[in-house]
Amino acid sequence: MTIRDLIDKLLGRQQASATTAKHRLQLVLAHDRSDLNPELLQRMRKEILEVVSRYVELDLDGGDVSLETEERTTALVANLPIRRVKESALQGLVGSNEIE
Amino acid sequence: MGKTTLTANLGIALASQGVRTAVLDADFGLRNLDLLLGLENRIVFTAQEVLQGNCRLEQALVKHKQEPNLALLPAGNPRMLEWLKPEDMQKMVELIKPHFDLILIDAPAGIEDGFKNAAAAAEEAIIVTTPEVSAVRDADRVIGLLNTREIKPIQLVLNRVRPKMMANQEMLGVSDVTDILAIPLLGLVLEDEQVIVSTNRGEPLTLGAGKSPAAIAYRNVAKRLRGEDIPLPDPNQMNRGLRAKVKQFMQTKIF
Repeated sequence: MTIRDLIDKLLGRQQASATTAKHRLQLVLAHDRSDLNPELLQRMRKEILEVVSRYVELDLDGGDVSLETEERTTALVANLPIRRVKESALQGLVGSNEIE
Repeated sequence: MGKTTLTANLGIALASQGVRTAVLDADFGLRNLDLLLGLENRIVFTAQEVLQGNCRLEQALVKHKQEPNLALLPAGNPRMLEWLKPEDMQKMVELIKPHFDLILIDAPAGIEDGFKNAAAAAEEAIIVTTPEVSAVRDADRVIGLLNTREIKPIQLVLNRVRPKMMANQEMLGVSDVTDILAIPLLGLVLEDEQVIVSTNRGEPLTLGAGKSPAAIAYRNVAKRLRGEDIPLPDPNQMNRGLRAKVKQFMQTKIF
């Protein structure tokens, strides 16, 4: 973010078009490079959330699974805010650790 | 964007710096390198006759009058596309190689057969793009394809740069493009009306002692290719005065 972007944000103005261009490019290139179609990504996102939800309660509104790209490598980035750990998952863990 | 213009200007610049240079027009469908070099009336034989064994290489090569270090191997009839194979391009380059220090291959637009033919014979690559979203996206696709062919180095020439628009952050900045494409920058060519004038005449800007911004940029690309350490200009430094300083401050990255 540049100083101009910050000022634009504070004043509620549209950001500079170069900044928009860069963000749009980064997104579209992450998809181009990985060759993952949006449908597949959506399915992956759903399954990742299912698995994680077995253990913890997630804040589904704040979460996001997306592709990011830097230095020509693409990474799958999951940002999943946890509300709390599930009781049932904790019990399972305690059970398996009980070795005497 | 600007492949043929870069090839013509770079060819002339390298030749004038003492490098024996061959330029090969691999854009068989829409050939134009002859026109930009002003050699369109001197073509007798083309790559087609050379490949078919109907003439010797020396008969097809068109030497530039003012820059005798430069020779063009013209593209043949567009029907060449029907039978040309990547191996033919490799064969052609092998034929030319012993007589020159450097061969510039002008690739066609797109990533189809024509591009594959051109890439088959290349050892290194120069990507020319403008700082616009569609051009940068296409460049990224081409870089990806070249990477799989193990062509390296792949270097970038950023074309048609408008320093004022960059200062206003209304055009992708130089670092934006190099960050996204992640390849080293070989040159910056400013938007320059003289490019059109020079193509009208068939006299590349680098011919003679022209001092227009693009001419200087092309000559610097040639020098960097030869290994000279020429610093890259900063488009922000091209605008002076208080307004420019304020705009520069506004571009400061804070996080």
